[in-house]
Amino acid sequence: MHHEAPLREIFGLTFNLANLLMITIATALVFIIAVLSTRKLAMKPTGIQNFMEWIMDFVKGIINSTMDWKDGGRFHVLGITLLMYVFVSNMLGLPFAVVYDNVLWWKSPTADPVITLTLAVMVVGLSHYYGVKLKGTAEYGKEFFKPFWFMFPIKIIEEFANTLTLGLRLYGNIYAGEILLGLLAASLATDAVGHLAAAVPMLVWQGFSIFVGAIQAFIFTMLTMVYLSHKVSHDH
Amino acid sequence: MNYVLGAAAGLNTGDIIFQLVMFLILLALLKKFAWGPLMGIMKEREEHIAGEIGAAEKSRAEAQKLMEEQREMLKQARTEAQGLIENAKKQGDVQRDEIIALARTESERIKESAKLEIEQQKEQAVAAIREQVASLSVLIASKVIEKEISAADQEKLINEYIQEAGNAR
Repeated sequence: MHHEAPLREIFGLTFNLANLLMITIATALVFIIAVLSTRKLAMKPTGIQNFMEWIMDFVKGIINSTMDWKDGGRFHVLGITLLMYVFVSNMLGLPFAVVYDNVLWWKSPTADPVITLTLAVMVVGLSHYYGVKLKGTAEYGKEFFKPFWFMFPIKIIEEFANTLTLGLRLYGNIYAGEILLGLLAASLATDAVGHLAAAVPMLVWQGFSIFVGAIQAFIFTMLTMVYLSHKVSHDH
Repeated sequence: MNYVLGAAAGLNTGDIIFQLVMFLILLALLKKFAWGPLMGIMKEREEHIAGEIGAAEKSRAEAQKLMEEQREMLKQARTEAQGLIENAKKQGDVQRDEIIALARTESERIKESAKLEIEQQKEQAVAAIREQVASLSVLIASKVIEKEISAADQEKLINEYIQEAGNAR
């Protein structure tokens, strides 16, 4: 379980090549799935188009549950993309992990706190950007002193806490899932009996991980919309 | 746990940038190639359905209006027909009365003229009879006189005439 990360230093930036690989794969997968499923669009939807439209409606439902569609409509694309990307990322690490030369290459990109926190910071950053854009700087600033002026420090802390919890929740869930899968695979399956013994809990845990991955993708999207709505909505 | 604490060995700044860039690229690509068209078709369908509903509603209202119109027309036609029948009946009554009255006066007139003619005929007949009677009586008288007057009677008659003539003188 103590795999190395393939770190490289380029232009003074530290790259984890495994992350680069997995991010690229996840991005490509999401793109391919999305494009393939929306290639033949028809007024009467069939098959995969139905599924994609269901996802769209699902995200629309998430947005509608947190804010007005008038404000939230602009986040529809962001929501669907986040949901798909996080879900696909969560799923990537489930079937196997590739370790080459004690270096972990294949894993969920979301099993790295740097990645999840990047997404979280991006989301919170977007929420501030749209807060200023849609409500104006004055009203955006006033939100920090509501309902009482002395809440200001708490509000500031809240922003950081939101970012951290958003990123680390996802990371923790996915990373823990992968660790347990790795433990089951590596520690238990040392001989034939061990393989058999590991098979059942592996299956169970993989099934559960699919559930967790889906739930985490949903939660990530949901919280994104909640944070955005806090900054964007006028009355709450 | 080097991997877990990837950040402990220094922040993976490259990963951050890469993730961010990739996600934004993905966002842009999906918006252009997947979600955009999908949303477009969903919106199109929504509009199509709304349009169809609107058209259906419109045609329903139109049908309703037409039906109302038809009903109105039917009603009108019915009252018109009723009026026509009523009129015809009335006219028939009037005509009947007229004809009857005409017939009555005509018959009265015919009766009157017939009566008059009968009267005339009667008078004529009476006059004719009277004439005939006179001539007949003369005839008869002449016959009787011719046949039955005896010499004595003739004598007596002449005397009478003479006497009479003397008396008159």
